[in-house]
Amino acid sequence: MAEAQTAERGDSTEKFVGARIILKALEEQGVEVVFGYPGGAVLPIYDELFKQNRIRHVLVRHEQGAVHAAEGYARSTGKVGCVLVTSGPGATNAVTGLTDALMDSIPLVCLTGQVPTHLIGNDAFQEADTIGITRPCTKHNYLVRDVNQLAQTIHEAFYVARSGRPGPVVVDLPKDVCMAMGPYTTAPKGVQRKQHKTYRPKTKGDSAAIAHAVALMAAAKKPVFYTGGGVINAGPRASKLLRELVALTGFPITSTLMGLGAYPASGDAWLGMLGMHGTYEANLAMHDCDVMINIGARFDDRVTGNLKFFSPGSKKIHVDIDASSINKNVIVDIGIVGDGASVLEDMLAMWKARRYQADQKAIKAWWRQIEEWKARGCLGYEQKGKLIKPQYAIQRLFELTKHKKTYITTEVGQHQMWAAQFCRFEEPNRWLTSGGLGTMGYGLPAAVGVQMAHRDALVVDIAGEASIMMNIQELSTAVQYRLPVKVFIINNQYMGMVRQWQELLHGGRYSESYSEALPDFVKLAEAFGCVGMRVSDPKKVDDTIKEMIAIDRPVVCDVVVDQKENCFPMIPSGKAHNEMILGQDGKTGKPITGEGLALV
Amino acid sequence: MAKKPVKTAAKSQPKAAKAVRVKAAAEDQSTNLYEGMIPVARLRDKDIYRHVVSVLVDNEAGVLARVIGLFAGRGYNIESLTVAEVDHERGLSRINIATSGTHQTIDQIKAQLGRLVPVHVVRDLTDDGPSVARELALVKVAGIGEKRVEALRIGDIFRANVVDSSTQSFVFEVVGNTDKVDAFIELMKPLGLVEVSRTGVAALARGAAGIEK
Repeated sequence: MAEAQTAERGDSTEKFVGARIILKALEEQGVEVVFGYPGGAVLPIYDELFKQNRIRHVLVRHEQGAVHAAEGYARSTGKVGCVLVTSGPGATNAVTGLTDALMDSIPLVCLTGQVPTHLIGNDAFQEADTIGITRPCTKHNYLVRDVNQLAQTIHEAFYVARSGRPGPVVVDLPKDVCMAMGPYTTAPKGVQRKQHKTYRPKTKGDSAAIAHAVALMAAAKKPVFYTGGGVINAGPRASKLLRELVALTGFPITSTLMGLGAYPASGDAWLGMLGMHGTYEANLAMHDCDVMINIGARFDDRVTGNLKFFSPGSKKIHVDIDASSINKNVIVDIGIVGDGASVLEDMLAMWKARRYQADQKAIKAWWRQIEEWKARGCLGYEQKGKLIKPQYAIQRLFELTKHKKTYITTEVGQHQMWAAQFCRFEEPNRWLTSGGLGTMGYGLPAAVGVQMAHRDALVVDIAGEASIMMNIQELSTAVQYRLPVKVFIINNQYMGMVRQWQELLHGGRYSESYSEALPDFVKLAEAFGCVGMRVSDPKKVDDTIKEMIAIDRPVVCDVVVDQKENCFPMIPSGKAHNEMILGQDGKTGKPITGEGLALV
Repeated sequence: MAKKPVKTAAKSQPKAAKAVRVKAAAEDQSTNLYEGMIPVARLRDKDIYRHVVSVLVDNEAGVLARVIGLFAGRGYNIESLTVAEVDHERGLSRINIATSGTHQTIDQIKAQLGRLVPVHVVRDLTDDGPSVARELALVKVAGIGEKRVEALRIGDIFRANVVDSSTQSFVFEVVGNTDKVDAFIELMKPLGLVEVSRTGVAALARGAAGIEK
């Protein structure tokens, strides 16, 4: 059937088998690495993979790992990550990773096998309604029913994944389509490429809106930049322009979890991360500011705290490439739809052209206030006694790796927040964490993906002992491909963040949050063919870390830490930015009551 | 369905307060905009308004599921939804959604619809100038004697056609805007209303310009 249609079109003389067309399209899209797992429905594609050596395939141990690895690859390189999984369970296992990528705006193309078209809907073996299942967890998805549409669909999938607000795209590939003969069509080039019939995201911000925004900034007395993952996604140029704008205005800057590294932590204007576990100075600056300049962040609930009391006195400017992010959670005064780099460039140009000057006197007073907040030393902790404080372990890890080309990934929980607080990023794309979805098990496969892209870099997954168990099987992948990733487990034998919330919200009833029956991580590492290490003496932390980073093999380092440490500062759920618990004095604050109890 | 009183946005909203532009396919970009100085007071208004939003989409498999999934997943209200192919050559379908919500919610709905890949244009027929909206309802009424005569009389007033009749029942076909159809059904209730089948709203903007202008 497919052959006949091609013959009618007659626009391409050479015919290829569908699986070959897929690989040709991936090659043309610049794919170097595919993370995947074979199965019945994708056998023709794996057969073509076998016959070539331009595209490298990384065999993961679970499809969720494939998607997180592709996320790690994508976020550390700025390219589109590529995943290949089989039908049914292959596709359903990928769902968590796809949702993660959607929430954090990571560009991915995930090719899923599907049963032959004539069996679709018949409850065939390993059949799942992949398109139906992945519709709400992808930016877009395609089912290719005709080999003649195959090449164009894959090209379009890459275009959609990387354009506008990036995200994951699924292409579902029935086995018969992969085995049919059809023509290969090249990707649209130049002007044509931008002329997708419907999806043409706006990248240039409205100049009138930018003019208003810049005028508002110039008149500000207590301004703050609040930047997010959008700046990272807008490419290294956006980070450069952001740094320029911050330097030019002298305004303080804070960032979301996803935005760390766009502005260097060593920069003069840096306030640290904001939000639930952000710094005191960043959150109070957000609360008290008179002009807020949000670039590429989305007023997530982890950032805003109670919306009723969120930055009550400020005029808000919101720059986002996704129009639906504007006025979704927080009503703003000026909305600018556009790419971060493009809008920052226009802002800079306009600031310079109109010879704006920040109100030096007011800004100085504002900084004096901020310095007072900073003096509280909200990230303070005391390393004393025989137990390693988790903060100490992470801080030492950072200090001993900061001179290297280091990439940090994390799992989800307390260790993630401590990593965000204590690892001070100087560059974008060096920090990979599951922000929106909060996926435990993200860090190790993401580290695998990063190391595939940056063979010479130091890649460390800062993990918790509970999170790491969720995708521990990927150690096997790291060993197979000789990826010397380092898994740095902050082991407090609790699901630490769950335990912390149970302490603060549920009267210390630690329901099911104790990590019972933990494996011996050293032996486990060795069983996988990695190097296992353990440290429990604070005096030996430095030596252990040095030893770990000197080993050119995958290492699992089990850091036995104080079980009772909580992550502070903290905005309790349902509270405002100016109601933070500081807690370094050992007190855990008042129990959370009322509506805060029902929030997550 | 919305429990709060629903207002008709067109009447209650001054035209000047409009900063939300849901843009049609411009030469280079088709993403719908939400940009510029935003009238904050309008967005803080917590009243519920009824809107008819028309969406021009590629007539491809699953496109309706995308739209419905968006509404279900994000908790938006759908009062009625109609969909049919309107341009066979170009493979375009038009979806008309009658929905209600605050200004903020309606704007979110439009922005969310605008970022779906197969969507060409999103048009708010309530906000973006005057429009005409019609729906058709088939209304079955059973009764005898004076009630039967009264039903027929009211049907006449509403210019409803009788499309089926037995000695004890009528099926009326009534066409009009939602209010008119609602009113007709309300009047039929005491006269032996059996059941109703409604098409949902079809709507177009008034004037010469089309949705893709």
